Amino acid sequence: MELTGSQIFIKSLEEEGVDVIFGYPGGAVIDIYDEFHKSNFRHILVRHEQGAAHAADGYARSSGKVGVCIVTSGPGATNTVTGIATAYMDSIPIVVFTGQVPTSFIGTDAFQEADITGITRPCTKHNFLVRRVEDLAVTIKEAFHIARSGRPGPVLVDLPKDVMQSVTEYKPVTRISSTVSTYRPAIRVSQILDPISKAKRPLIFSGGGVILGGASDELREFAQNVNIPVTSTLMGLGAFPGTDPLWLGMPGMHGTYYANMAISHCDLMIAIGVRFDDRVTGTIDTFAPHAKIIHIDIDPATIDKNIKADVSIVSDCKSALQLINESLRNSQFTIPEGQYDDWFKQISTWKAEEPLSYHQDDKIIKPQFVIEKLYELTKGDAIITTEVGQNQMWAAQFYKFDHPNTFLSSGGLGTMGYGFPAAIGAQVAFPDKLVVDIAGDGSIQMNIQEMATAVQYNLPVKIVLLNNGYLGMVRQWQELFYKKRYSQTDIILQPDFVRLAEAYGAVGLKATKPEEVEPILRQGLFTPKTVIMDFHVSREEGVYPMVKPGSSLSEMELLTREMIN
Amino acid sequence: MKKKAYTVSLLVNNKPDVLSRVSGTLGGRGYNIESLCVNTTMDPEISKIVLTTISNKTSVIQIKKQLDKLVDVRKTSVLTNGNATEREMALIKMNVTEENISEIRKAIDTLKCRIVFMGANCCILEATGRQDEIETALNYLKPMGIEDIARTGTIALGRK
Repeated sequence: MELTGSQIFIKSLEEEGVDVIFGYPGGAVIDIYDEFHKSNFRHILVRHEQGAAHAADGYARSSGKVGVCIVTSGPGATNTVTGIATAYMDSIPIVVFTGQVPTSFIGTDAFQEADITGITRPCTKHNFLVRRVEDLAVTIKEAFHIARSGRPGPVLVDLPKDVMQSVTEYKPVTRISSTVSTYRPAIRVSQILDPISKAKRPLIFSGGGVILGGASDELREFAQNVNIPVTSTLMGLGAFPGTDPLWLGMPGMHGTYYANMAISHCDLMIAIGVRFDDRVTGTIDTFAPHAKIIHIDIDPATIDKNIKADVSIVSDCKSALQLINESLRNSQFTIPEGQYDDWFKQISTWKAEEPLSYHQDDKIIKPQFVIEKLYELTKGDAIITTEVGQNQMWAAQFYKFDHPNTFLSSGGLGTMGYGFPAAIGAQVAFPDKLVVDIAGDGSIQMNIQEMATAVQYNLPVKIVLLNNGYLGMVRQWQELFYKKRYSQTDIILQPDFVRLAEAYGAVGLKATKPEEVEPILRQGLFTPKTVIMDFHVSREEGVYPMVKPGSSLSEMELLTREMIN
Repeated sequence: MKKKAYTVSLLVNNKPDVLSRVSGTLGGRGYNIESLCVNTTMDPEISKIVLTTISNKTSVIQIKKQLDKLVDVRKTSVLTNGNATEREMALIKMNVTEENISEIRKAIDTLKCRIVFMGANCCILEATGRQDEIETALNYLKPMGIEDIARTGTIALGRK
């Protein structure tokens, strides 16, 4: 059947099972938008293209499906770059469609022309410029395949206007040529079980790869069978239950003391789906200095990149853990009674010495208190997104994540302004779930325009705003390392967030005293509308404990509130 | 770790932007390309890129792994002196005078170069060989008056 490029575009999305697209129209994509109109394809109109990319990302992280967005050429395309780079750093499968000037105008500095494939080459898993309508369907098929296969990532497809207007014979694509580097999990289970049987102080260190690989159940089974404590990176939160006795919390710069001590003292580390990011490792030379390291990851390039592994297994986390679990079920593998007793005793001591803590008085709201109350009220049954900075770290520390795909946060790129549009994406994927963006007053203003999107589509996203009037994380560093010279981090002028919410047709609530926290949270969470809850929190509260940049995990800074008061 | 020159040979899809993906992958991760050669293979849809980079063993393994991740890269091999034959080529333009012409002719015999163009006042020589042989030839000819040179990057073929 003869179809235009724009019609093929819609057909191809349907073939891929895409049920929603986030986007913003413009001249170069006007033909595609005409087809959206005709075919009644579900489209969420954002208010800024960055929001479209983050919403697609939030949709992908929460649902495990590929998130999709579409924008116009030039500025529309360049506005998505932060969203693409965010997804790239965290290996999130999204497909970004950008309009492009007609092929005959490419390279002439035409109106709204940008070399978006050139611009995004370093921050996409792959990208395409479709020059012929005959290539369109197969390119879209390949784009989705690349985005979701292997180590996932963002793929951009640039669509010149004339290609979308041209006509060609269409039939659904069944075969693609793309060769995404494949792997064959070559696992000898003994490579893992032998060290475990010999270890005295073993530790499981899991990451985002477990969530991306859908291996959370397998991780739980494994950890519980071998009875080994678990710590997870920020990206891995939720893969292992935050309420499990084996759980040690997050390690790294703002991780728990006991997770960092466990890393520093373990004699066996089973690293699953992690890439040993610098915020997690501290100084590389002193990371897990006593440990034999087993590294399981789908991307061969992460093996030996930052940390040299003693045993490396290139595999997706699910296949690897399934094989190990199967072997555990079928073999007589046992750990001698009491072999880890001293280790668990030591961990308990660390936990007792330095638990995560804060002091809530009756005058000023502590941000940690808000998050603990949020956890109590939601019982962990919510999708939590965060912005970046102190709000993100407090969320990771004080909310207990029991389920995968429920903690959405920009871990690698650290993108302020991510959380709110990501929450919109997650709410679109799960209309009936409670979706909460834990935000700071700095980052929420970076994509505040998406209030209109949330309200327009009746998306009852809740914003829990930890409002301290500072760019808090940078202020904390200035306090600690720059003698309290708060250069440009004191936000002197702020909007009235309650009235701002109301101006968008949302609900705005405010709490300034500790006793108001719970009632306001209750009211906000149970209001079936978009809500901003503005919590005026202790201005100079810091995120502790902390590993100073350039230090070892074992040198974790234990002075906490005393440093401030 | 000790640094030395590594030759990396890639088979890639013959598409317009593949070279920039390859060079961008190296540049973006802080690796310098010392020399570069690209041309099609017997299959016109596939190009071969041969590049050299000064690196250490750990880094060159990382380079190979990162290049392997590119969708348009079909195969990456790291070639070393022991397992590959490497060649470079140089075109060398010499000023020709009555005084130096016999000297140049002698040099050509010694260096196994050949004359590929002869004009009234200048000639162009062609030299092929390993990188060190090209360096030797250039050093030898330098005092006789080199006007200009054009050099290729290294090409290499695994022996296995």
